[in-house]
Amino acid sequence: MKTENQKAWFFVLPVLLLVAFNALIPMMTVVNYSVQETFGDNVFFWEGLGWFEQILRSDRFHAALGRQFLFTGMILIIEIPLGVIIALSMPRKGFWVPICLVTMALPMLIPWNVVGAMWNIFTLPDIGLLGYFMNHTLGIDYNMTQDPLAAWITIIVMDVWHWTSLVVLLSYAGLVSIPDAYYQAAKIDGASNWSVFRYIQLPKMKQVLTIAILLRFMDSFNIYTEPFVLTGGGPGNSTTLLSIDLVKIALGQFDLGPAAAMSLIYFAITLLVSWLFYTLMTQNDQK
Amino acid sequence: MTVELKNVTKSVGGVEHIKPVSLRLETGHFNVLLGETGAGKTSLIKLMAGLDKAASGQILINGQDVTRLNPQKRNISLVHQFFVNYPHMTVYDNIASPLKVAGMAKSEIRDRVEEAAKILQLEPMLARRPQELSGGQQQRCALARAIAKESSAVFLDEPLANLDYKLREELRDQLPELFAGRGAVVVYATSEPEEALLLGGHTALMHDGTVTQFGPTAEIYRNPKNLASARVFSNPPINAAPITKQGTQARLNANVKWELTGKAADLADGEYTVAVRPHYVSPIRHSAAHVPLTGTVQVTELSGSESSAHFTLGAESWVSLAPGVHPYRVGEDHEFFMDPSKCFYFAPDGALVA
Repeated sequence: MKTENQKAWFFVLPVLLLVAFNALIPMMTVVNYSVQETFGDNVFFWEGLGWFEQILRSDRFHAALGRQFLFTGMILIIEIPLGVIIALSMPRKGFWVPICLVTMALPMLIPWNVVGAMWNIFTLPDIGLLGYFMNHTLGIDYNMTQDPLAAWITIIVMDVWHWTSLVVLLSYAGLVSIPDAYYQAAKIDGASNWSVFRYIQLPKMKQVLTIAILLRFMDSFNIYTEPFVLTGGGPGNSTTLLSIDLVKIALGQFDLGPAAAMSLIYFAITLLVSWLFYTLMTQNDQK
Repeated sequence: MTVELKNVTKSVGGVEHIKPVSLRLETGHFNVLLGETGAGKTSLIKLMAGLDKAASGQILINGQDVTRLNPQKRNISLVHQFFVNYPHMTVYDNIASPLKVAGMAKSEIRDRVEEAAKILQLEPMLARRPQELSGGQQQRCALARAIAKESSAVFLDEPLANLDYKLREELRDQLPELFAGRGAVVVYATSEPEEALLLGGHTALMHDGTVTQFGPTAEIYRNPKNLASARVFSNPPINAAPITKQGTQARLNANVKWELTGKAADLADGEYTVAVRPHYVSPIRHSAAHVPLTGTVQVTELSGSESSAHFTLGAESWVSLAPGVHPYRVGEDHEFFMDPSKCFYFAPDGALVA
């Protein structure tokens, strides 16, 4: 016999409450701001979708979005292959394993603003260890506070230093889970190192790599603290990434409406690209 | 074709994993490596396959010294206990992979893959990926790869260990037929004595890193050269106990004595070890010549057609295996009867003397 009632809702209720307080309610305040104009004193005027239109049409937003995609693209192009290469060259058993793992994990344990400050001091042209060495010993004109290219190289190198370890550790976890038997079979077949990578290691790493790419995409796309502390978005606006621009609008200019609209657009882009990545990468499996 | 080992040894960190082993394995029948886990079967296979380097000694395949050659130059195949296939290749590509690496022509690859797939009933699955197959099919795919390669030697390292009982029986029945007439030397490692007997051919008994005996399977089952070989090749474990020989009498303890006949009677007086297989120790006295033993029953197992009882005999634990159902009571004394004509006698150094 089948009974039909509405009891099931009670079981979903805790999750609904959690999600509501965790995500929906805070986000609704942003939605609230995004469609209104305020001059303080809790006085609001209905603005409709005006802020969204303004943001989507603004050159400033386009420029920041472009810089953001450039930054994230560079991060993924460098960190994913580099992380895989480092993981492949790490020992799989023996004395050096824990040493390598701890060394790899160290950069990730440093708080983000400390990373920014460290790299700022490290790269300052006259007093920084690296900055001084480049300018005065190697004679390379390097000044990340004035030269946009130098600033870009510095924030990318900093992120690579800080986060490649994550890709390394995830790939390494995938690699060590491959039984020796596979390598033995490949040896007997006489497979080349490239074939071993292509047909054994890469397929076995695929799932962790999917996660690594997703995490690195989301993290680098939403990055704020490190480049802000390092360059403050400068010189000029050359390293003003989306989140830095957002904070400038919201807290610098106190334009809460446009800032809220921009947050939602920002969020929608992150969500959309993550979903695209994930769908594309898992779709291959079913084929 | 032959695979020959001459005084091959292997040590890891100063510990000898393989003590000098000399063997001559030939084609035309299965060569079974039988030994308990840790006896050195896999180590020996790795040496023959070239996955490990021998510390000393020589390995010859078809008379050619391959001791220093890489695995791919030895023209061999290896099938593991785990189902090892390339995960993102189809079954067809998996079987074809060693042939492709060898640079064989496409049409010949197709012929060989199709033939191997036909023998192993994999034809409908050629386009699928290994993870879409059952365990038995995955292992058949690995076997097909070994067959298609037409190597000089095929090493099967407990290939059926991870299959369920039914599949294991089915595949085991097919194995000898699969390799018959292929010319490859087939080496099959197992820890189960029954498997060695079922597969026939020759068996090398391994114990503690060395081969204790090698020869036609049935022959070495009947005539173990020493106590270690007798123990390896017996399931349930062979019963053994120290005895004292005086005149023509063997004395196990104050109550268990029997008259020795034949070769055993001619032995010099002294200490020996008697060993007898569990199915020659019965709860029923079939003949007046059988020796009564009284032991305390510890564990009993009924399989329907057979009953086994583990009982203590002095300091030793013995097993009786008899057809039919017998009412044993755990913890109680029970009388068993040993057939003295089926006993092996070993000298204190372990060698068979009668």
